[in-house]
Amino acid sequence: MSKQLYLSSSPHIHSGDSTSKVMRAVLYSLLPACAVAVYFFGPAALTVLLIATLGCLATEVVCQRLMGQPVTIADGSAAITGVLLALNLPPSSPWWLTLLGAVIAIAIGKQVYGGLGSNPFNPALVARVVLLISFPVQMTTWSSPTPFGSGLDLVTTATPLGEWKNAVMLTGQMPPELQSGMADYFLGNMAGCIGEVSALALLLGAGYLFYKRILTWHIPATFVGTVVLFSSVFWLVNPDKYPNPLFHLLTGGLVLGAFYMATDMVTTPVSTKGMLFFGVGCGVLTVLIRLFGGYPEGVSFAILLMNAATPLIDRYSRPKTFGTSRQGVRP
Amino acid sequence: MKLKTFTGGIHPPDNKQWSSHKAIEDCPLPAEFVVPMAQHIGAPAVASVEVGQSVSKGQEIGSAKGFVSVPVHAPTSGEVVAVESRPHPWGTSLPAVVIKPDGEDCWSTDLQPGDPGSLTVDEIVEKVRLAGVVGMGGAAFPAHVKMSPPPEKKISTLIFNGVECEPYLTADHRMMLEEPERILQGVALLQYVFGAERVVIGIEANKPDAIALLEKECAGAPVEILPLQVKYPQGAEKQLIAAVTGREVPSGGLPMDIGVAVHNVSTAAAVADAVLFGRPLIERVCTVTGPAIREPKNLLIRIGTPLSHLVQVCGGLTEDPGKIVLGGPMMGFTQLDFDVPATRGTSGLLLLRDEDVDRQEEGPCIRCSRCVQACPMHLLPTTIAAYSRRDLVAEASEYCAMDCIECGCCSYVCPARIPLVQAIRYGKAAILAKKRSS
Repeated sequence: MSKQLYLSSSPHIHSGDSTSKVMRAVLYSLLPACAVAVYFFGPAALTVLLIATLGCLATEVVCQRLMGQPVTIADGSAAITGVLLALNLPPSSPWWLTLLGAVIAIAIGKQVYGGLGSNPFNPALVARVVLLISFPVQMTTWSSPTPFGSGLDLVTTATPLGEWKNAVMLTGQMPPELQSGMADYFLGNMAGCIGEVSALALLLGAGYLFYKRILTWHIPATFVGTVVLFSSVFWLVNPDKYPNPLFHLLTGGLVLGAFYMATDMVTTPVSTKGMLFFGVGCGVLTVLIRLFGGYPEGVSFAILLMNAATPLIDRYSRPKTFGTSRQGVRP
Repeated sequence: MKLKTFTGGIHPPDNKQWSSHKAIEDCPLPAEFVVPMAQHIGAPAVASVEVGQSVSKGQEIGSAKGFVSVPVHAPTSGEVVAVESRPHPWGTSLPAVVIKPDGEDCWSTDLQPGDPGSLTVDEIVEKVRLAGVVGMGGAAFPAHVKMSPPPEKKISTLIFNGVECEPYLTADHRMMLEEPERILQGVALLQYVFGAERVVIGIEANKPDAIALLEKECAGAPVEILPLQVKYPQGAEKQLIAAVTGREVPSGGLPMDIGVAVHNVSTAAAVADAVLFGRPLIERVCTVTGPAIREPKNLLIRIGTPLSHLVQVCGGLTEDPGKIVLGGPMMGFTQLDFDVPATRGTSGLLLLRDEDVDRQEEGPCIRCSRCVQACPMHLLPTTIAAYSRRDLVAEASEYCAMDCIECGCCSYVCPARIPLVQAIRYGKAAILAKKRSS
């Protein structure tokens, strides 16, 4: 035999899956949401998407060059962070805000910790929250959607959740018309971040990820389920003041958060038990922040708080080793 | 009805279609046999013949040393031409007896057929020991040791492993199809030895012909044929017991701790050969397969046949192989060349092409948890591997590294191509080394 043989310990076959394949599938799954965003918010949304994605890729290259590490933008993770960041920004975001967000996401959210796999917090959410706290005006200037060909300009308005919070703070009552447009909320015909408006498009992408077995039901189902259950309690107690669970579900960033942000593998627990706990925690925190916090929307904060709790959750949610009675204890 | 199984595991392509339809063929004798003295778990045998001595087929050529050890026998009649260290599948050179066949292939009269009606349990176990019977699934643990549980460990369930969950391999499948009588004779003998109330033959559902045949052969007999879900590693001892009985072998314990004994179906046939016909374990079925072999076959090979001979019998190679694997692709051992002999544990010879060898570079763990979902022992492979690679022995041990059965599911599914099971093996060795030194 002339050629070299490979010697290694078993196994000698592999599923063929790779990190970049996983990342590519996630990118594909976000395409419907991006398309809907461009449809409703026009070139403004496209600009934000492009600046955020290219900004993230460029920041990753610069960081890795500076640190003398191999450039790994081909794995697709920086591109995902870029797209997710864009989807978490208002369509009217000025270019510098978007770019700053991209730099924060990759440099501070990811690379300072050691790059892919080492960051404790979801990078796109780190950037969103830094921007929200630092530039509250730009980050809460929302536009009503102006579908392609409608000839309308972007008009400043409030998100449904924002409207509710304002009304409740002023009058203690919820304006009844707020809960009348559920079909529009579902399709994305409402004010909000670029990517959070259309639950339909997001669910379409999520379905693809379920099919590819990249997404498991644990976190999205417990997150959404907890929000529905927990918000129902308040709604049933005082339906004049608190919005119904469907309103919670379709307005704001719950679907985007539950299916795409809270399921970021790197920053969430690894065991099934841990994922379930993580989802419930996100749901409880989201409802508490939405109903009683200073901000109208709580999904980002809830996920980041649970990201911080992930190492702890991992520690206490170890699967029961086969043949043991309790965690790691010999019977 | 939902088939029984365990939790965790993976579904690799089984690739059994290469050889599953091919009847077992007698492999012609090679020019020279190299019979290693170490072929089983436990103390190796010690050569009991000298150069120049002529031996007959089935004659003892290596004697057992200690209880966990078995004798080794001549695969054919001929002349001992060397007693020396030779390359061994375990990756080093080990003592072996080299025999040049005389072509007569005549049996020795050392071992006598037995009458099952008049044999005691101890006599049966002794016959099995003298015949050198070891577990034929690949681990090659001496069968007589498993057959001698301490009296306080009552075996109530006897399980026969016809799962063959390793991709590519079809040796046990063909045995069940072509030698059901011998298997069932062995099953009856082992049932008598253990006095078990429940006897189960577990077979993966991807062998419907074997399931149907054994069901027919067992009609009326107190033997249960249990089809199992197709999932790797369904044939691992603990996972098989979990599927059949719903019980978990305690961590660090043995199947007998929960009243269970597991034997491979081919081991049952070897027990029948030993006890009923006085035939020592000198041959076995080996699946020679893979994309780089011209004609995949199930061969009845004599122990000590060099791999090069097997390749030649199967029509040679289609191209230079990328990897030579003894055993299956999930748990087999790679070889440097074809100079080593097949042993009692050689269930397969798998020849992979260069392009079948995965050489993608390792990336960082993205905590996707696939290894956690796949682990049939419910461990956190990524965590144990990370500790092992940093030599954090105590932490690896605390995360139950020693419970790892090294099935390789974690490495198979890892999208970042992290050598997880390999790192865990390293960690296990470090834990054992630390235990020994303290």
